[in-house]
Parts: sequence; structure tokens; C-alpha cells
Amino acid sequence: MSSRIRFKTFAILSLVALLGACATQPPEEAARGEVFDPYEKTNRGIHKFNLGVDRFLFRPASKGYVKIVPDPMVTSFSTFAENLTLPGQAVDYLLQGNLKQSGNALLRFAINMTVGGAGLSSPADELNLPPVDTDFGETLHVWGFGEGAYVELPFYGPSTTRDAVGVVVNLFSNPINFTPTRPVDNLGVYAEIVRRMGDRGRFSDTVDSILYESADSYAQARLIYLQNRRFELARDDEGAYLGLYDDPYADIGTDPVRDPYLDPYEDPYAE
Amino acid sequence: MQNNFLNRRHFIATGLAGLTATTLPLTALALTEANAVQLVNSVVADITRVIDSGKSEKAMLRDFQKIFVEYGDVPIMARYALGADARAASSSQLRQFTKAFEGYISRKYGRRFREFIGGEVTVRNARKIKNGYEVRTSVKLRGSAPFEVTFLVSDKSGSGKFYNMFIEGVNLLLTERTEIGAMLDARKGNLNQLIKDLNKTG
Repeated sequence: MSSRIRFKTFAILSLVALLGACATQPPEEAARGEVFDPYEKTNRGIHKFNLGVDRFLFRPASKGYVKIVPDPMVTSFSTFAENLTLPGQAVDYLLQGNLKQSGNALLRFAINMTVGGAGLSSPADELNLPPVDTDFGETLHVWGFGEGAYVELPFYGPSTTRDAVGVVVNLFSNPINFTPTRPVDNLGVYAEIVRRMGDRGRFSDTVDSILYESADSYAQARLIYLQNRRFELARDDEGAYLGLYDDPYADIGTDPVRDPYLDPYEDPYAE
Repeated sequence: MQNNFLNRRHFIATGLAGLTATTLPLTALALTEANAVQLVNSVVADITRVIDSGKSEKAMLRDFQKIFVEYGDVPIMARYALGADARAASSSQLRQFTKAFEGYISRKYGRRFREFIGGEVTVRNARKIKNGYEVRTSVKLRGSAPFEVTFLVSDKSGSGKFYNMFIEGVNLLLTERTEIGAMLDARKGNLNQLIKDLNKTG
């Protein structure tokens, strides 16, 4: 047992060390919020593979799941999966130095696992506790690691080198995995798959429109993931978010013939 | 005498009022934070009215298009979405593209609005940004955690209109610029072909 934990610690440490060796984006590009995708060719290959998995496996399974299983049960299973992640999130908040949220995550876990019927519902939501949503990717962000390169992971989907390390670490960092009695090995992973099926099934039209109706689903998924992830991580930093606003009205009126007020392109060399 | 004076004053007052009334649409009053919030509230109310109307999808999409034109600064959005290719386009191409973009966006996002049935939008706050106001709202759908939708409003077009929208940080204009760019690449940069196809997309 203890040697297993030691192995995990070692694996995690070497993953974090790996981050330092990864390709990095020039800081000025990162500040402008640009996409850094040096592995695009490989990523596109994995994207194609993921599309196949979705089309023939995940999408039909998810649509069947939300069709057969009544809606409130789908919600319950998703809530259960989220509740299972709470002790892991408490650890991440602790590592981020956020004691308050760490306690909040544990409190939510205690309430939902007892009053909430073994985690199938979330009565803690009614208590006006602040929302809980973190992962080891965010912990690395707090520790000062940059986003790294964009990567698409097989079966998992869009990520970045930093967040991919987070995903792997979170597979092991949840204290639930170390409790002596567990009903099923890797329960959290199965619950997470069921939760993802619920989302895929419920929002199937929206996901379909991105994956199958877009002219370049790879580029759409990449952009949507990166923007949403940056938004999540910058949530408390209003200024950083504001800095990303592109001004389509900038440089108005340089071409009055074609359009009286439109010219959204900043070009310092224009006439 | 006094009567005359009053009459004259009255005349001047009405004259001034008339003058403001005629100049108002041309030089609209500067956009205020309250206006920007009001704009977002009205667009949400109008969209909700259409969703609740129970009309056919086709009729609803037509209504969404009207709302988009009324509240959105479509020309600047289309221009931005076209990206650098807008520079090389002729004015008639730009006009046609703007029209096609208007229909494409209305259809594409209009279809998504069905998922918003029973949703609640609350304005959380507004603040000044470089060219107008940012209005942050919180959207609560049945059975899911609230998420953030932010509208950017400007009066640079001559009247207060929204020109961009962020859903949980995802920039609608930037996403569409990527999509339009990919469509244009797939047509080897042929803008006329893109305009033709865009009229049937979404």
C-alpha cells in the first residue's frame, strides 16, 4: 500500500517536472490571449479519432442514456459524480492556499453524502455556500505554471499541456481513492463518464453543431475550450478579463467611401 | 404683454423641443450605463416573447432575425467576422456578406434558443469599457448551474446596440471569425461562393 502511494507521488512529481520541459509560448502572445498550438498536426489526428469515438460510441450511447433514463435520475447521477470529486477539490484548494474554499468543499461533501442521500443530490446548494469548482490544472495555474501548448487528448478532448497534467494528477489525488473500503475501484472515473454522457445527451444539438456542422470543428473546439478555460481561471481577476476585449470599432472611419463608421482593423501603417 | 411674453416663451420652448426631436436620431444622446442595461433587458424580453409565442420554428427564426437587426450592430459584427478578408472585399460584396451573415447568425443561434425555454436572465452589473458598456448577466436554466453571459454595448453606430457577447468567456465574434475563416479557406478564399453558401447555412 505505502509503496503504491510512493509510486503515485513519484509519478505526479515527474509529470510536474515534465511541464518545465514542454514547449512554451512567447509571453507577449500569451498576454494577447492567442492560441499556442505547436502540435497541431498530431492534435488534428487525435481530433479525427475522437470524432470517430463520438460518432459511433459516445454520441449514440449518450443519446440513448438520456432517452431511457428519466431526467431527474440523469441529474442525480451527474450530481453524484460531482460530489465524488469534492474531497479531491478540497485537496486542490488546500494546495492553492485557499483554506476557506477547501473547508467549503469538505462541508459540501459532508452535507451531500449524508442529508443528500449518499451524494445523489446536492442540498448544500441551498445553503448559499459559494460554488466549488477547481482541479489540479488550476492549482498549477496558481503555482505560476503557464497554460502551455494546446493538446487534444484521446477520449478526453481539448486540453493544454498544463491541464493534461492536472487531469492525470486528479485521477490519483482524490482522497476517496485511498479509503480502505471502496465499493468499486475507480468509482470516480466511471461516475465521471456517466456525468459526461448526461451532458453530451442533454446538450446534443449544441455539441453536434460544433462537432459536425462547423467548417473546422477542430479549430472551433480549440477556441471554445481555451477561452472558456481562461475565463474560469481569471474569474477573480476582472482586469485580466477586460484586457482581452478586442475593439472592433478601433480605427473607425479610415475608409469613409466603403463604410462610414466601420473599420475594425488596427493598422498602424495605414496611410 | 405678459401674455405675449408667455406665448413667446412657449413658442421658444416648443421650438427647441421640436429641434431636439429632429436632431435626436442623428446625434443620439451619449449612451449611459442605464441605457445599456435597458437595451439588454429589452432584447432578453423580446427573445423570451418569441420563445413563448409557440410559433413555428421558421416564424421564430424570422422574428429572431428582426431582433438581431434591431438590437445588434450587424455591420460591425459581420465586418469583424470576415477578418482581414474584409479589406479586399468590394463594397457590394461587404453589403451582401453582411446580409448573409445576418441570416446565418439568426438561424444558427435562433435554433439554440429553444434550449433556453424557461430560463431566467438577471443583469448582475454593468461597467464602462473603452467604446461603451459591458453588461454582465447570469442565466439560470432548469436543472443546471447558472452561467455568465456578458453583452458589450456601444453607440458607435449612431445608436446603442450590442456588438459582442460572451458565454462563460467564449467570445461569440471571435468564434464566428474562426468559423467564417474556415469556411472561406474551404472555398479557397472565394467570397462570392461563401456569401451564396452562407445564405443556406445555419
